[in-house]
Amino acid sequence: MVAVFAVVGVAIVYATLFLSRLLVGERPKTGAKLEVYESGEVTIGTTEARVDVHYYLYALLFLVFDVEAALLFPWAPAFDKLGWLGVFEVAIFVAILAAGLAYAWLRGVLKWVY
Amino acid sequence: MLWQLFVTAVKALVLILALLFTFAYITWIMRRGLARFQVRLGPNRVGPAGLLQPIADAVKAIFKEDLTVARADRVLYWLAPLIAFTFALAAFAVIPVGPDGWVVANLDMGVLYVFAVSELAVYGIFLAGWASGSKYPLMGGLRSIAALVGYELALGMAILPVVLMAGSLNLQDIVAWQQTHGYFILWQFPAFLVYFVASLAEMSRTPFDFAEAEQELVAGFHTEYASMKFVSFYIAELLHWITGSALIATLFLGGWAAPFGLPQIPVLWLFLKWAIFIFLVLWIWASWFRTRYDQMIRFAWGVLLPAATVWFLITAYYVAKGGAL
Repeated sequence: MVAVFAVVGVAIVYATLFLSRLLVGERPKTGAKLEVYESGEVTIGTTEARVDVHYYLYALLFLVFDVEAALLFPWAPAFDKLGWLGVFEVAIFVAILAAGLAYAWLRGVLKWVY
Repeated sequence: MLWQLFVTAVKALVLILALLFTFAYITWIMRRGLARFQVRLGPNRVGPAGLLQPIADAVKAIFKEDLTVARADRVLYWLAPLIAFTFALAAFAVIPVGPDGWVVANLDMGVLYVFAVSELAVYGIFLAGWASGSKYPLMGGLRSIAALVGYELALGMAILPVVLMAGSLNLQDIVAWQQTHGYFILWQFPAFLVYFVASLAEMSRTPFDFAEAEQELVAGFHTEYASMKFVSFYIAELLHWITGSALIATLFLGGWAAPFGLPQIPVLWLFLKWAIFIFLVLWIWASWFRTRYDQMIRFAWGVLLPAATVWFLITAYYVAKGGAL
C-alpha cells in the first residue's frame, strides 16, 4: 500500500520533469543563470561556512523527549488492561522526565545560545 | 491476495488523483480567499471566476526551464523534492473517508503512521535547503528543523489523550468511538487547542511559516528550485495543509460520521468538516503575523508541552477510574 504511494509519487515527479524536459528542450546553461540567488549581488563565499545552530540544546532535549513519546504510544491502547498499575508507572515515568526538564530549565539550558 | 492488492492499488490511485485535484483547487481557494480577506479580487481572468487558473499555472510551470545551480549538491538536490512530495502524498493513506472499505490502508497504528510519514517530509525540506548551496535556503532549512524540534512533542502529547480514551491507534476505531460517545472536541478541548496550534507549525502555516518567510528569506528552502521541482515542493506543502486539516477533523470532529443523525454519505461529511479547518487556517493566515522561530520554540516547550502533558495525566487518571471523576 505504502509502496504504491511511493512508486506513484516518484513516478509523478519524474513524469512531469520528463514532460517539461520534452517540451522545453535543452537550453544553453551558461553564465549568471547557474549562480545562486543572493539578492542580485555577486555571490560572496559558500555555504560551507560555520552556521550557528542556536537551538542545539533544545535539539538534544528533544531527542530524550521524543523517545518518551515513542514509548507512550504503544502503552496508550493497552492502557485498559494495565489499570492503575499502568497509570502509576507512567506517572513516575513522566515525573522523571519532567524533573529532567525542570533541571535543564533551572540550569538555564533552555535559552537561546549565541 | 492478488485481487486484494489490485483493489488497494486502485483505491490508492483514486485517492492520489483526488488529492492532486484538491491541491489544484486549493491553490485557487487560497489565492481568491486571501485576496478577499485583503479586499482584493485575486485571479479572476482565466475562466469563470478564475476557475481555470490552476490549469494555466500548471502549463506555465511545465514550460519553465529546469535549472540546477552550479553550487548545488546534485544528488540531494534531486532527491529533496522527491522525498517531500512522496511522503506528503502517502500521509493521507490511512485517513478513512467512509465506513469499512473507504480507506486505502486500515492500519492498526494509523495515528503513528500519519505522524511518522509527515515528519519524514521535513527531511525533504531540510535537504533542499542544504543541497542548494545558497544562503537563504540554508536558513530556511535550519528553521524548518527548529520548527520540528518545537511542535513535534506537543503534537504527540496532544494525540495521546485521544488514543487513551478511544483505546486504539486505529483511525476507524477513533471515529467509531466518537459516534457512540460524542466528539473529541468536547471531551478533549485542551488537547484540541494544543493539537491545532502545533499542527499549524506542522503544516508550516502562519504564524509558524518561517521556513519559507518570503519577506525575509526570499522563498526559504526552495529559493533555488525552478520548474516542476518547485511545483513538487509547492504540492507537498499544500498537501500538508490538506492532510493536516483532514486529520484534525478525523481525530476531534468525528471524521466521516454524519452529525445530528443525518444520513451517512461517504466522503461528503469528512469533506465538510475538513473545509471548516481549511477555512480556519486560511483565516489565521490572512489576519495574523509571523512569529520568530526562537519565540516559537520557547512557546512550544514552555506552554504547549507542559499543558499537553498535564492534560494527558488528567485523562489517564479519568480513564483509569472507569470514566468517573
